Amino acid sequence: MTSVPADTSIAKPVANPRAKSVWRKRENFILGAVAVACFMIFWEASVALGWAKALFVSSPSRIVKALVAMIADGSIWNHLAVSGMEFGIGYTLAVIVGIPLGILMGWYRRLNAVLDPFVSALYATPRIALVPLIIIWFGVDLASKIAIIFLSTVFPILVSTITGVRTIDRDFIKVARSFGASDRQLFMTVALPSSVPMLLTGLRLGLGHALIGIVVGEMIGAQAGIGYMMSLAGATFQTDKVMVGLVIIAGSGMLLTEVLRMIERRYESWRVDTRH
Amino acid sequence: MDAPRPTKMAATDVRLDYFNERIGQTLHVLDGIDMTVTEGELVSIVGPSGCGKSTFLAAVDGLIRVDGGEIKVSGQTVTKPGPDRAMVFQNDSLFPWRTVLQNVMYGLELQQKMPKSAMIDRARGLVELVGLKGFADHYPHELSGGMRQRVNIARALAPDPDLLLLDEPFAALDAQTREFMQAELLKILERTRKTALFITHQIDEAIFLSNRVAVFSARPAKIKEMVTIDLPAARNLTIKHQPRFRDLQEHIWRLIEEESARSGLMATN
Repeated sequence: MTSVPADTSIAKPVANPRAKSVWRKRENFILGAVAVACFMIFWEASVALGWAKALFVSSPSRIVKALVAMIADGSIWNHLAVSGMEFGIGYTLAVIVGIPLGILMGWYRRLNAVLDPFVSALYATPRIALVPLIIIWFGVDLASKIAIIFLSTVFPILVSTITGVRTIDRDFIKVARSFGASDRQLFMTVALPSSVPMLLTGLRLGLGHALIGIVVGEMIGAQAGIGYMMSLAGATFQTDKVMVGLVIIAGSGMLLTEVLRMIERRYESWRVDTRH
Repeated sequence: MDAPRPTKMAATDVRLDYFNERIGQTLHVLDGIDMTVTEGELVSIVGPSGCGKSTFLAAVDGLIRVDGGEIKVSGQTVTKPGPDRAMVFQNDSLFPWRTVLQNVMYGLELQQKMPKSAMIDRARGLVELVGLKGFADHYPHELSGGMRQRVNIARALAPDPDLLLLDEPFAALDAQTREFMQAELLKILERTRKTALFITHQIDEAIFLSNRVAVFSARPAKIKEMVTIDLPAARNLTIKHQPRFRDLQEHIWRLIEEESARSGLMATN
């Protein structure tokens, strides 16, 4: 007998037996794109034909025009920069606090018991309810926006990280122990890496909450930012500009989520197909 | 042969109670197990389902403390896991975030007894030994079940243990792969000259692989009979068709059936 494994063929990725047509490969994408296009045409047409008033619903062409105008006069860059900075600082702080604290709480049962009531209470509270307090403490400047974004983001990250560290596969612990792993080694070689997928999920969930934080924070009191721009435009019936803000928020949310999803997908194989 | 080979593992009157959390009861699992394994031997343990085979193996590995008696490996009393023993678990339980090579290196990394380059060399050698040359940088999910168990065996061999403990390593494989892996395991053990304790619920697997087969009684387990497998040492899969193999199979089957009947279990395997 040879020493070549009998079952190697299973491991090699099997090439597509027959090339699929563009339609079959990208069916979902095409259907989605066509639906969006139809919706845009319907939207534009209903305003053009006078079924709906542009003052209330705007229209795709008006949104583009408003966006172009804001780029041309440069006003959009300041809003973007301010919101971007708030997001960047708030989200980063949430990651810096949430991940290490989550790891500690997941690993040390007693620490978790002590902090859990606070985390649970704050996680269950709609973060918007904290806004009045935050304004009292931090005023209406940058600090309060960062605080709102931080509080919105830190809990999803924290809770996911705790779950990730806590739900280690018992078989992995047995393997590590069998090889004589110390507590520290068990933590470094099993608990930490196996919590990565959950941790990434937490980062993705936190992202959505951070975007809510930006808008909520800036609508309540600000001098600049996308959320501020939207609320100001809304108050002065500039529907086109409100829509520009919406498009920017939705677009950046989708973009950032997709980036994290791509990273998550790289680790997806850890979750599936490892247990039988 | 000439001089008697040294004893690698000696279990004397091993007793073990185990608190089962699911049913909230303390079970008397092992009721005085006496067993010796000499160097280079492969001894299998078979017995009715739930009789405590795996518990005994975990006790030899040092993962569970015994409540009475003593287990010695290479003359040392077992109190905790040590580098002189290594376990091949039933589920391959390879770390999915590590490549084949990194999985094999795991035990060596924990020990930190050699420089990294030496670890890599040793792991590469083992990956080749188990027939996975060219797959060192693959991740476990890219491998078939049989290949993953090869990695699992290589991982156990890496710290160069005196005693290899295998807990139904091929149970999850399809019949064809399992037979192939049995032959492969014998080759690997022969090449590495390891002593092994092997748990299975497949009687033919036990006979094919072993020098001796310990038949455990139903829980609380004692050794009902230690069956010496008097088949030629050089084994290949054709041996399974010999009359002597069939006789042994029937004999062990009877023993297990008796035990299953006694404990009110149906003989399922």
